[in-house]
Amino acid sequence: MSAELAQYLATGLTVGAVYALVALGFSIVYNASGVINFAQGEFVMIGGMSAVSIAASGLPLAAAIPLAVAATTLAGLALEKLAVEPARGAPVVTLIIITIGASIFLRGLATIVWDKKLHALPPFTGDRPIEFLGATVVPQSLWVIGATAVIVVALWWFFGRTRRGKAMLATSHNRLAAALVGINVRHVLALAFALAAALGALAGILTAPITLTSYDIGVMLGLKGFAAAILGGLGSGPGAVAGGLLLGVLESLSAGYVSSAYKDVIAFVILLAVLFVRPGGLAGVAAAERV
Amino acid sequence: MPLRDRLATPRIGGLAALAAVVAVGPLLLPNSYFYDVAILAALNAIVCVGLNLLIGYAGQISLGHAGFFGLGAYGSAILASTFGWPPLAAMAVAVAAVAALAYLIGRPILRLRGHYLAMATLGFGIIISLVVTNEDRLTGGPDGFTVVPLTAFGFALQGERAWYWVVGVLLVAAVWLALNLIDSPTGRALRALHGSEVAAEVAGVDAARHKVLVFAISAVFAAVAGGLNAYYAGFITPSKVSFLHSIELVTMVVFGGMASTFGAVFGAAVLTALPQLLTVFKDYEMVVLGAVMMSTMIFMPKGLVPTLAALVGGGKGRAGVPAAERRPGAPGAAAEPRG
Amino acid sequence: MTMLRTEGLARDFGGVRAVDDLTFEIERGAVHSIIGPNGAGKTTLLNLLTGVYAPSAGRIYVDERDLTGRAPHEFAARGVARTFQNLQVFFNMSALENVMVGRHLREQRGLWAALLHTPRLAAGERAARAEARDLLASVGLQAWADAAADALPYGALKRLEIARALAARPRLLLLDEPAAGLNPTETTEIHALIAKLAGEGITVVLVEHNMQLVMGVSDRILVLDYGRRLAEGAPEAVRNDPRVVEAYLGAEVHQEEARPEASLPWSRGARGGLPPRVVDN
Repeated sequence: MSAELAQYLATGLTVGAVYALVALGFSIVYNASGVINFAQGEFVMIGGMSAVSIAASGLPLAAAIPLAVAATTLAGLALEKLAVEPARGAPVVTLIIITIGASIFLRGLATIVWDKKLHALPPFTGDRPIEFLGATVVPQSLWVIGATAVIVVALWWFFGRTRRGKAMLATSHNRLAAALVGINVRHVLALAFALAAALGALAGILTAPITLTSYDIGVMLGLKGFAAAILGGLGSGPGAVAGGLLLGVLESLSAGYVSSAYKDVIAFVILLAVLFVRPGGLAGVAAAERV
Repeated sequence: MPLRDRLATPRIGGLAALAAVVAVGPLLLPNSYFYDVAILAALNAIVCVGLNLLIGYAGQISLGHAGFFGLGAYGSAILASTFGWPPLAAMAVAVAAVAALAYLIGRPILRLRGHYLAMATLGFGIIISLVVTNEDRLTGGPDGFTVVPLTAFGFALQGERAWYWVVGVLLVAAVWLALNLIDSPTGRALRALHGSEVAAEVAGVDAARHKVLVFAISAVFAAVAGGLNAYYAGFITPSKVSFLHSIELVTMVVFGGMASTFGAVFGAAVLTALPQLLTVFKDYEMVVLGAVMMSTMIFMPKGLVPTLAALVGGGKGRAGVPAAERRPGAPGAAAEPRG
Repeated sequence: MTMLRTEGLARDFGGVRAVDDLTFEIERGAVHSIIGPNGAGKTTLLNLLTGVYAPSAGRIYVDERDLTGRAPHEFAARGVARTFQNLQVFFNMSALENVMVGRHLREQRGLWAALLHTPRLAAGERAARAEARDLLASVGLQAWADAAADALPYGALKRLEIARALAARPRLLLLDEPAAGLNPTETTEIHALIAKLAGEGITVVLVEHNMQLVMGVSDRILVLDYGRRLAEGAPEAVRNDPRVVEAYLGAEVHQEEARPEASLPWSRGARGGLPPRVVDN
């Protein structure tokens, strides 16, 4: 493998891991509620920005991170309670506008609470680059990929092995049946948003040292994370991860070999291609409609 | 039909009212700044009237309409300024190109529904936005592009007052076209698609063809408004093609009232004027916009104008119900086949 | 003369075959009923016959034209109209406009005429409105013409769907459980309506559970079970066919037929618990 290719792959996997986390957030919320939460990207932003300001207030990173995640989780719960729940059962257009409105609102709030500037979080374990298979990676990249892997395993355990997780899966398959067997569907919904917010926050915190953070990084990340979720199959956990990684790598490769100016376009071209050809994505999720 | 009844129909009565508002406007607008706001509001209204046909009547969605607006704007601007074409011809060609594009991508995009359709239009809009931003040799990139004034038949259309009249007349024309379409067999077919796509198809409506048609019509409205905006402002930037602009347009339609042409005009007017008036609170612009979007959809999902109309009229449905059959809280059918 | 013909028609949903190797013919001007237990594939069959579903196998001929796999609006263009079991009324429009959509294929559909509201279009609209009003009157809904469709009670909505289907001046009318949820008086009206339509030369296909209506109005009956043709023939023959009796009608229906309430076969059929199967919408 050439050093150049290895470099692109390394970058691609790092970025892809972030997309995977965002995509997971989309899928979890979509599964629990049928809602596409356009504010998912904003959770990433809130996580990163909170961590920055908490760390700047003097607390060590090890304390700032959990606090930032907690703050974002609260934001997610607030969003669910105040914006999503009142509109239960509304048509798709309505829900889309609500979550887009929420994302704009949160972004506006961010400019007031913080500012419009770029901010950096210190890298977790320094920034001396490491040589790996011909590629030069910063340690933070390894944190991103590693942490994502751990998170994915944790989610797999949660959904597969715990009662709460299984309850969430059951609700996503059949809300009525889940309610009938005693699952508190409203709690599941709140938990889904909380989980999605936490995932977004972690994504934001992990990448803040590399990509910096500001009030509007959530927009593109959210959209690309969504593209990744669709690529993998909306609602599929493994699909979200695969879609995220694949999108990251494709983006990195096309930026390197084709055109770096159009780096952002690749995600949306892929999005359109998937929607036109196979809306169910890699996982082949059915978007069927019965008469 | 007696004159009083004719005036009461939405088509004639509302149109007359709108024309009256436009005619009377100059008496109420104190200075150039307000003319400017009115012109921008009218241009947005033209887009929204078209977009409302797509979203409110046909029941589809587009989160990328700023793309069509921007292509109309940049297309006209580039052909007129860079290539020296006559501005009207430039705009005509740009609008025709947009119509062709809408037809081309309309077929595959409109096979999708709901969230998938929303995301596809979103993706399309963003791709246009990115291309416009990146092709800076042609478009001037993020810094924008100066546009020659609109000259035709030896006259140059310049100044707020002249533009006000042109745009005002075009707005009335746009509303007239939209109202005509809604009250025609094609318009009914579109609304039927929204009511129940399968029943419409079974009744003989070619769903795919009609969806693409209304998509293209709404794209043309947007492109015309975009071209006019470019000539009026004398300048154009990629912000006109942005995702945020697409969202603003949808918000105007939804806020004013879906399936209400006058609602769309009203929504555009209010949401164009409001931020201008709120420039004092520049920092709070996003917070206010977001809050407006959320609360409108939560508390007034049908939009402002239909909600008010329902309150005032005691319910459109009730009005046509024969007295003998009217009962409070009449059940109506249980089914929910709406799109 | 055949109005409708199928050959080996089949439709799968995932691993389930909802309609299986169905071959039958419907004569022009006849009233043909399709009966069978819930889940037998009746509505699926109607969806196939109107192009809403594409067949997985087999062919469909409407008026000897092969329409297999065509879109619903193409079936409509050949004179096929239908009503729905789960009402598919356009609740966002008035009753009158609902009926007007029914005549979509007979209207002037030019785009420019619509945008400019030409006098010709305006005249066409007036004629269309008048005709729609007449149709509503013919099903007894003239008082509701300008009401929003979501204000109509259930029975009126069923009649509205019929008026909408008739607006197309169809040659083949498919009715999916038109009597469901109607009281005996309303059911008698449906019976009379079907007989009148048949008298005018319209071929009527009826999916129904109401045995009294079916037996009274049909020229021929097709019995479906598990998506397959179980029996087909004149009402007498079908009623006495032991396979049909066992699968659907129940033995006691012979004694009950004099009583109007003998119209609910599932209350005394031979079937106990139904096996798991594709749910018929």
